[in-house]
Amino acid sequence: MIFQKYAAPKYFYPLAGKCLPWFGTLAILTICAGLYLGLFVAPPDYQQGETVRIMFIHVPAAWMSMFIYAMMAGAAAIGLVWKIKLTDTFITASAAIGASFTLLALLTGSLWGKPMWGAWWVWDARLTSELILLFLYLGFMSLHSAIDDPRRASRAGAILLLIGVINLPVIHYSVEWWNTLHQPTSVARIDGPRIHSSILTPLLIMAVAFKLFYVSVVLIRMRSSILDNEADSRWLQEQGA
Amino acid sequence: MTHNLGLLASWQRVLKRELLLAYRQRNDILTPLIFFIIVISLFPLGVGPEPEILRTIAPGVIWVAALLATLLSLARLFNNELHDGTLEQLLLTPQPASVLVFAKIVSHWLTTGLPLVLISPLLALSLDMSSTALIYTMLTLLLGTPILSLIGAIGAALTLGLRGGGVLLALLILPLYIPVLIFSTGAIIAASNGFSAEGHLSLIGAYLIITLIFAPWVTSYALRVSLD
Repeated sequence: MIFQKYAAPKYFYPLAGKCLPWFGTLAILTICAGLYLGLFVAPPDYQQGETVRIMFIHVPAAWMSMFIYAMMAGAAAIGLVWKIKLTDTFITASAAIGASFTLLALLTGSLWGKPMWGAWWVWDARLTSELILLFLYLGFMSLHSAIDDPRRASRAGAILLLIGVINLPVIHYSVEWWNTLHQPTSVARIDGPRIHSSILTPLLIMAVAFKLFYVSVVLIRMRSSILDNEADSRWLQEQGA
Repeated sequence: MTHNLGLLASWQRVLKRELLLAYRQRNDILTPLIFFIIVISLFPLGVGPEPEILRTIAPGVIWVAALLATLLSLARLFNNELHDGTLEQLLLTPQPASVLVFAKIVSHWLTTGLPLVLISPLLALSLDMSSTALIYTMLTLLLGTPILSLIGAIGAALTLGLRGGGVLLALLILPLYIPVLIFSTGAIIAASNGFSAEGHLSLIGAYLIITLIFAPWVTSYALRVSLD
């Protein structure tokens, strides 16, 4: 198998180095294109005015927060079953990025909420779920950093991630349900099938851009943590590092 | 001699041992219970004694206090056994560890969850709850606190012997308790408003069944990881 080879840091490290410029360049290009289309070309919403532009950051960031958690949980399952060390490098590299995207989604949501709802924070179902997701990220990160033994840290973290990913839909739907019980949503949303292409295009470009950005940053972080972990290994010294 | 002890017999022995230990250290049972009562009696002092307000916030107050009281008691679930070496012996027995862990979880519920259920009517009355709300408070606590012990055991196993374990445990476990909190308070509110709480109760029941199946197994796996 050709892919199995790249689960070893020795082969992964140079491969990541080769991929990084491509992903990095594409990420910068798509972020510029998405931001230009979203901030300058897209028309202001007839109800929400210019504030709708926050959505071009907020929605893709919220998507990313869930996507990265799912990626981490997937890697955790792979790591537990096949005992691949690289999955833990990937998970720890992803955690901080995922938490940052979650925080970004919360902050932009709050910025959007001020003119829309007249309050910085409203216990809206999606915002609340996002807040709980941030707690899950923080829980994972603090558990991982509290354990000194790297083997135990990666396995305990993986268990927590898998429990979290099973619970996430339950939490999400319970929060949604709680929300409809307590306060009927009356705010106009931009979702639904009637979304115009001038809005949809920059949104999708930003979604792709954030994914590319995530891949690039993960590769950088994974490479530096490999350098850190494998500092004494032979292949690294042979590379003349 | 005891190598071929049946599954049920070994389960019972662990349960008996746990209950005996709990009986000998009665303070461990009383502390979370007293904590539960104190936290609930802080709320009237904090928000004011108006019966209207108290009645509205009562389901949430009682349930949040129950979550915190359970959390407080989780630290002792495995810690003493870790330090005297019993835990390793438990995992070394020929019986499946998850069965023995399940006995520990059951005893944890009997010594923390059940007392909360039994004391809750008193506290519900002090918060001016109606008799329907009171019954549903007991019912949801009866269904919900086992979930708290089951999920909590996973967290306790993961944080076993870590520095700052207690606060870390709160960070890991409280987000996972949210569905129980929502469904339970939802049931009490629905019932006291004259609606059917069956849907809520069914969902808590479903959550209980899923955690009953998976939590002992995950906990024993987490214990192995922590002791490795």
